Amino acid sequence: MSDFFTTAILVATAASGVRLAVPLLFASLGETFGQRSGVLNLGVDGIMLLGAFGGYYAVLQTGSVWLGLLIGIVVGMLLGLVSALISVTLRAEQGISGIGIYLFGLGMSDLLFQKLVGTPLPITKFPKLNFPVLSDIPVIGELLFQHSVVVYLAFLAVPVSMYIINKTTFGMNIRAVGENPEAADSLGVSVNRIRYATVIIGGTLAGVAGAALAIDLGIFQQNLTNAQGFIAIALVYFGAWRPVGVMLGSLLYGFVNAIVLQLKTLAIIPPDLSDFAAMAPAIITILALVVVARRFKAPAALTKPYSRGE
Amino acid sequence: MKKNRLTWLIVVLALVLVAAACSDDSGTTTTAGDSDTTTTAGDTPTTTTAGDAETTTTAASAEPFKIAIVAPSAQNDLAFTQSIVDAVNVIKDEMGNVEVQITDNTFIVEDAASAIRAYAVDGVDLVIAHGSQYGGSLQEIAPDFPDTAFAWGTAADTFGLSNVFAYEAASDEGGYVMGAMAAALSESNTIGIVGPVEVGDAKLYVDGFKAGAEAQNPDANVLVNYTGSFSDVALASEAAQAFAANGADVMTGTAQMVVGAVTVASDVNIIWFGTQANQTSLAPDIVVASQVYHWEVVLRDIIAKIEAGTPGGEQFKIDLANGGEVIEYNDAFALPADVKQLGEDTIAGIIDGSIKTGS
Repeated sequence: MSDFFTTAILVATAASGVRLAVPLLFASLGETFGQRSGVLNLGVDGIMLLGAFGGYYAVLQTGSVWLGLLIGIVVGMLLGLVSALISVTLRAEQGISGIGIYLFGLGMSDLLFQKLVGTPLPITKFPKLNFPVLSDIPVIGELLFQHSVVVYLAFLAVPVSMYIINKTTFGMNIRAVGENPEAADSLGVSVNRIRYATVIIGGTLAGVAGAALAIDLGIFQQNLTNAQGFIAIALVYFGAWRPVGVMLGSLLYGFVNAIVLQLKTLAIIPPDLSDFAAMAPAIITILALVVVARRFKAPAALTKPYSRGE
Repeated sequence: MKKNRLTWLIVVLALVLVAAACSDDSGTTTTAGDSDTTTTAGDTPTTTTAGDAETTTTAASAEPFKIAIVAPSAQNDLAFTQSIVDAVNVIKDEMGNVEVQITDNTFIVEDAASAIRAYAVDGVDLVIAHGSQYGGSLQEIAPDFPDTAFAWGTAADTFGLSNVFAYEAASDEGGYVMGAMAAALSESNTIGIVGPVEVGDAKLYVDGFKAGAEAQNPDANVLVNYTGSFSDVALASEAAQAFAANGADVMTGTAQMVVGAVTVASDVNIIWFGTQANQTSLAPDIVVASQVYHWEVVLRDIIAKIEAGTPGGEQFKIDLANGGEVIEYNDAFALPADVKQLGEDTIAGIIDGSIKTGS
């Protein structure tokens, strides 16, 4: 165990946890917007997969990670629009239509990959930022100032989301529509317009999450996300529909994963137990969810399609 | 409200239809005997059917030998599934009049089972169930089709059925050879091995690699990490980061998620040994060598048995001695001559029995 508690290993483990948290953070922040307005989008993982492939393919073709990220954004926006069309305009059962989006994304991303790429090829990764002076500080530098640029974007998105949801008229409308759409409607707030906006934001951030994952790994493979989109949805509940809570959930999940990996690497967790250890992040998240879900109330109109006068 | 329900029902149905059109349950696959290649792919298993244009036209009267592959991951995964697809293509080139059908991506066992059954119904001569996890399905299906030959791998058990062949790889042998070379190349004496789950082919390889490294250098610190997943690329990537943090300067790994570890190794200039397929294309600067499976060695024997009237009941193994396992070097990597010689000597020692891998 003493091998684990060395500065180098602890810092490396923490950095690993932060990297693992990033795709979850983007995706769950996006889903938070949708859910606060009353729309559950179970299709996050499918959107992430298509965003991941789109981003990967753009980088493979052009070598530009920024174009890759942009493609992830565009793919996410389009699928967000489709999701909104299905769940808001067509008022589909949200628990089912999202699964359709997921299956579509899973299949389509793999089909495109097989047709356009085939054998996995590595791509350029996001550059790691190097801050003068700060990056060279021992421990703190490695922990905070040597990550790739998407890591900072993800954590920057947290205060921005908080501000939008809590301090702007748009955010107030989101909350109103999620809690009491009839009342919001009677006050002249367009429930559908707000929900379209939040679901598209959610799709966009899911697309970014996927592109960030693929470009940070520098590779694409069938089912690259490995169901991270579903974890992200769970983290929205875990985080009690608040950006900071969602961030803490993503970090917890990332850290537990990173710690388990490191403990296995050092054989502190023996190979016989590694399968059980691999379940730890999921189990801890579920336990935390049970505790949190009893304390906080979901948006009252969550999963309920809205139609005026019915 | 009713109208709305109807609308979304239609949307869901439309999505299901799109998904169904993309995928293929293989039961409805049309075999393109005289076209070059027809491929259908989708969200669940993809089915590829390839005939042989030349042979079907020149030898139109002869019935082709039909081989079907059902495999869990993508046919170009640079790993497990690709190894069998490459082998069947070699057989096809050798025999000529062979028709190959592939259903890949059947990571759901039930999908694989329905594909296996459908191929048997279609009258395929040899159905290859390429995944240890398909054993239970095969045990149920094979007795229903006594005239069809099945091959199951990687496995060492034919369930006592007369129409099931089992095949496996002595992946510990190539692992041992590369482990010895890895220990010789390591300057930090720390080596990292990432695996999926501690079973079957992966466990054999990991144990063999570790034994080879420790035999070469008893002081080598061999770190092993089973991530618990065959498909989690992000975890494999972080496992590689953890090895790097612990000072590893040589790594290897098995299963299709290792691509995530290879890109990390490439970033931090840690050398890599591959297995199951030649992984040089992933990182030409750092891949030293790969253990490549040539299943055609056992497929030749299996097909000979089938043609002689024995549709199963035997077990086969590829290893260094029978040429089913080959260490392919990356010519672009400057491998010191003495280390390459060590690799060749170790191969010779395993073949003549003077070196035991311990597995």
